[in-house]
Amino acid sequence: MLSTDNDILGQAEAWAKAGKGVAVATVVETWGSAPRPVGSHLVIDEDGSFFGSVSGGCVEGEVVTEALDVIGTGKAKLLEFGVADETAWRAGLSCGGRIAVYVEKVG
Amino acid sequence: MRLALLSALNAARSDRRAAVLVTDLDGGAARLVTAETLAGDPLEEAIRTALRTGRSGVVEGTRAFLTVQVPPARMVVIGAVHISQALVPMARMVGYDPVIVDPRTAFSTPERFPGVTVLAQWPDEALPGLKVDRYTAFIALTHDPKIDDPALMHAFEKDCFYIGALGSRKTHARRVERLTANGASPEVLARIKAPVGLAIGAITPAEIAVSILAEVTQAWRQGIA
Repeated sequence: MLSTDNDILGQAEAWAKAGKGVAVATVVETWGSAPRPVGSHLVIDEDGSFFGSVSGGCVEGEVVTEALDVIGTGKAKLLEFGVADETAWRAGLSCGGRIAVYVEKVG
Repeated sequence: MRLALLSALNAARSDRRAAVLVTDLDGGAARLVTAETLAGDPLEEAIRTALRTGRSGVVEGTRAFLTVQVPPARMVVIGAVHISQALVPMARMVGYDPVIVDPRTAFSTPERFPGVTVLAQWPDEALPGLKVDRYTAFIALTHDPKIDDPALMHAFEKDCFYIGALGSRKTHARRVERLTANGASPEVLARIKAPVGLAIGAITPAEIAVSILAEVTQAWRQGIA
């Protein structure tokens, strides 16, 4: 069964109710070709478990890392990702688009 | 985001109520807006548009992001037939919540539809309890006017985003005559997709299911707004 938005935000709620630190990442803007539409969610718990997606798997790793920081500080972040720049060793999108992802803590 | 807000958003979704979460991208307080609380909201007009289109996004000229939740689409299939056996698992994979209605108990057996809600009742009995709405794909596949016709009248009344009915052009022409006699207007009758499904030359039940699901997807993605 594929996960729907319902399962994803439901998972965030379940984690939070189980007393875990949780962050919700949401695609808030896209430019050019982007793998997931605006409004797509990735949810992350304090152990680094995650569910859902904000890209085709290209930037999830970095979003999870940032989310752990957001869970720690409680301060929301707005992240932007563009084309992969391998020389900079930074996550990017191979499709050539750009996305903005808002990461906030639940609770 | 407060946990109570996330819970409220999830509750709205499981109750099939549309809702919009308004998030301040500069870190301010978020709020949930529903049909009941929409009037008088500072972003009323933008939220109304978002609810109609179902599209999430930043409100132009602001730092407010709208997470739009419209109910997950449902699928009501009239007829526990061979095509339904292929259509229902495919529809689930695409994200629909399917249910089958067929009063003919020889067809509506759990063995033929493992794990699927199959109501062995006449449409008049089964449909009122299913809360058929705008966000429902409605597909009549029995070929039997006693079953399909009243079901289609119900689908018209609920303004389903997709209404399809199995049958050749000739069969459909006779259906239109009967439904007209039952009081259906030419406008609603024109909404029936018949022959059902996109014309891709489908022959087997599974291929016909693909063509139906493709047409439903088209209606959902290109039509509902």
